Amino acid sequence: MTTAALLEARGIRRRFGHVHALDGADFSVRAGEICALIGDNGAGKSTLLKILSGAEQPDAGEIRLAGQKVRFDSPAAAQRSGIATVYQDLALAPELSPFENLFLGRETMRPGLLGRLGFVDRPAMQRQATQQFARLGVRLRSGRVPVSSLSGGQRQSVAIARAAMWANRVIFMDEPTAALGVVQTGRVLDLIRQVRDQGIAVVLVSHNMPQVLQVADRIEVLRLGRRVAQLPVTEASVERLVAAMTSGVADAAAAPA
Amino acid sequence: MTATAQAADAAEPEAREATERWQRLLGGGWIFLLLLALIAIFAALRPTQFGSPYNLSMLTVNAAILLVLSVGQTFVIIAAGIDLSVGAVLIFASITSALVMLALSGASGSTYGTTAGGWGVVGIGLAVALLSGAFWGAVNGVLVAVARIPALIVTLGTFGMSLGFAQILTNGTDVRAVPETLVDRIGAGTVAGVPVLVLIAAATALLGGIVLHLTRFGVHVFAVGSDQEAARRAGINVRGRLIAIYVLSGTLAGLAAMMATARFATTTIGGHAMDNLSTISAVVLGGTSLFGGIGSIAGTVVGVFIPIVLLNGFVILGIPPFWQTVATGAVLVLAVWIDQLKRRARERA
Repeated sequence: MTTAALLEARGIRRRFGHVHALDGADFSVRAGEICALIGDNGAGKSTLLKILSGAEQPDAGEIRLAGQKVRFDSPAAAQRSGIATVYQDLALAPELSPFENLFLGRETMRPGLLGRLGFVDRPAMQRQATQQFARLGVRLRSGRVPVSSLSGGQRQSVAIARAAMWANRVIFMDEPTAALGVVQTGRVLDLIRQVRDQGIAVVLVSHNMPQVLQVADRIEVLRLGRRVAQLPVTEASVERLVAAMTSGVADAAAAPA
Repeated sequence: MTATAQAADAAEPEAREATERWQRLLGGGWIFLLLLALIAIFAALRPTQFGSPYNLSMLTVNAAILLVLSVGQTFVIIAAGIDLSVGAVLIFASITSALVMLALSGASGSTYGTTAGGWGVVGIGLAVALLSGAFWGAVNGVLVAVARIPALIVTLGTFGMSLGFAQILTNGTDVRAVPETLVDRIGAGTVAGVPVLVLIAAATALLGGIVLHLTRFGVHVFAVGSDQEAARRAGINVRGRLIAIYVLSGTLAGLAAMMATARFATTTIGGHAMDNLSTISAVVLGGTSLFGGIGSIAGTVVGVFIPIVLLNGFVILGIPPFWQTVATGAVLVLAVWIDQLKRRARERA
């Protein structure tokens, strides 16, 4: 826990008209940890996520990646720095197979002249996709059927496996289990731990307190556009988190205990 | 989980994959079986007429122009678009190229109604036809991808505009004098007994299939048609791909225009009003989904031949040829219905 932050945000401000969505928010995540970002509706979680993944620009504040000051003009710029986002609505092409989705926009080309003519190397992509799924413990009944025929949990797994394939530093996940049943949620949480164990920093946005306590290593609480608490999961409890989310004082609530 | 359950779980995927492959083969292959059945029935009932080399060559020549248009339409529909302008763009391209060829080859040819234009004139004519087609394709692509107007409306608009311009250029009459070389060597020519028009169509379909199924461009066509937003987030240049797809369809309409001029030795302003619907039904018959993301060139080839074989068989059997439109319409509705059933079954799984 003494390692320095991999991705760090300081004093991020973002206004929408009269609304201060972020009012000097701080945030940090280390490599190889799952950091849950929680907060009530309107606390600024989504805005912070968008700014950190390059989808929006902050009005003030700085972002540091591995100690270097960075600026992401677009999600593509963030992706080039090894940062990916798993969107709530997945963003997979339903008619394509899992392996095609894994490589969408980053196809492996055939070597030599054929590759320069635009020919894709399907066997190589299939091989790498199978390895990636195996490494992360994702079990699909087939890598070749269309994604639309997979269950919601399997689709989410494909989306996460894709993010983990191309992002080697930070992956943001926005409510990754919101639409899933109990068993599928368990599988996806296992997958998130697998991704962390590859040394990737995972930022998990969730409303589900028990789940956050179950899977996260560390929790940061946002309230009214500011960070009001950051604590390791060992020191967290639902009561403490709710107190921090609603009153902004987790430590006061915990003090008597 | 017990050991036996685990073993069953591990064996299951391969078995399921095999059944799925069969289902897909039958699901997409039934229309191919239908075509084979039609050919078998007509060949059995009238073996000498239907199976004659002349009849078979006429069948394939009739299919050639429609197939070239349908290859472009396949790309467009897989990308979840539609191109209603193909027939009108064909007419426009045939008029512009015929006018240019006429201006370049002053003298008359040896046969009545032809000009003495040689390969050079034909080559320039081909370039004009392809460029004319590409131009309308680019107009379609930009309006669909950049202005974000629905493809149905854009291509309905360019259908009217290209047809109108073609009529304005010639005052509504066809250009009847075309180079003799084009008519004799391309339109009526054969290589090793195979009509040149058929060779051109076969090469187009083969190339189209290679591009669609083996290249990155092809993967992106499927991705854009499957979910445009997902494709955009994956870093695909959706606008660029859409424009390229419509340019491809327009350019192939230009190629088809040259083939039509070569075959009929005249432009054919009145002859292509229904080409858009013919190509769309051929593409859909071939198993390509109107919702995008699913389809193949091989299916389109089968889809092009079904109405043509039906018409030919009915004529040979003495059934009034009007029944062909009835039969084709029914098969088309059946094809889309089966596509819907497959889709629903898959989404329930």
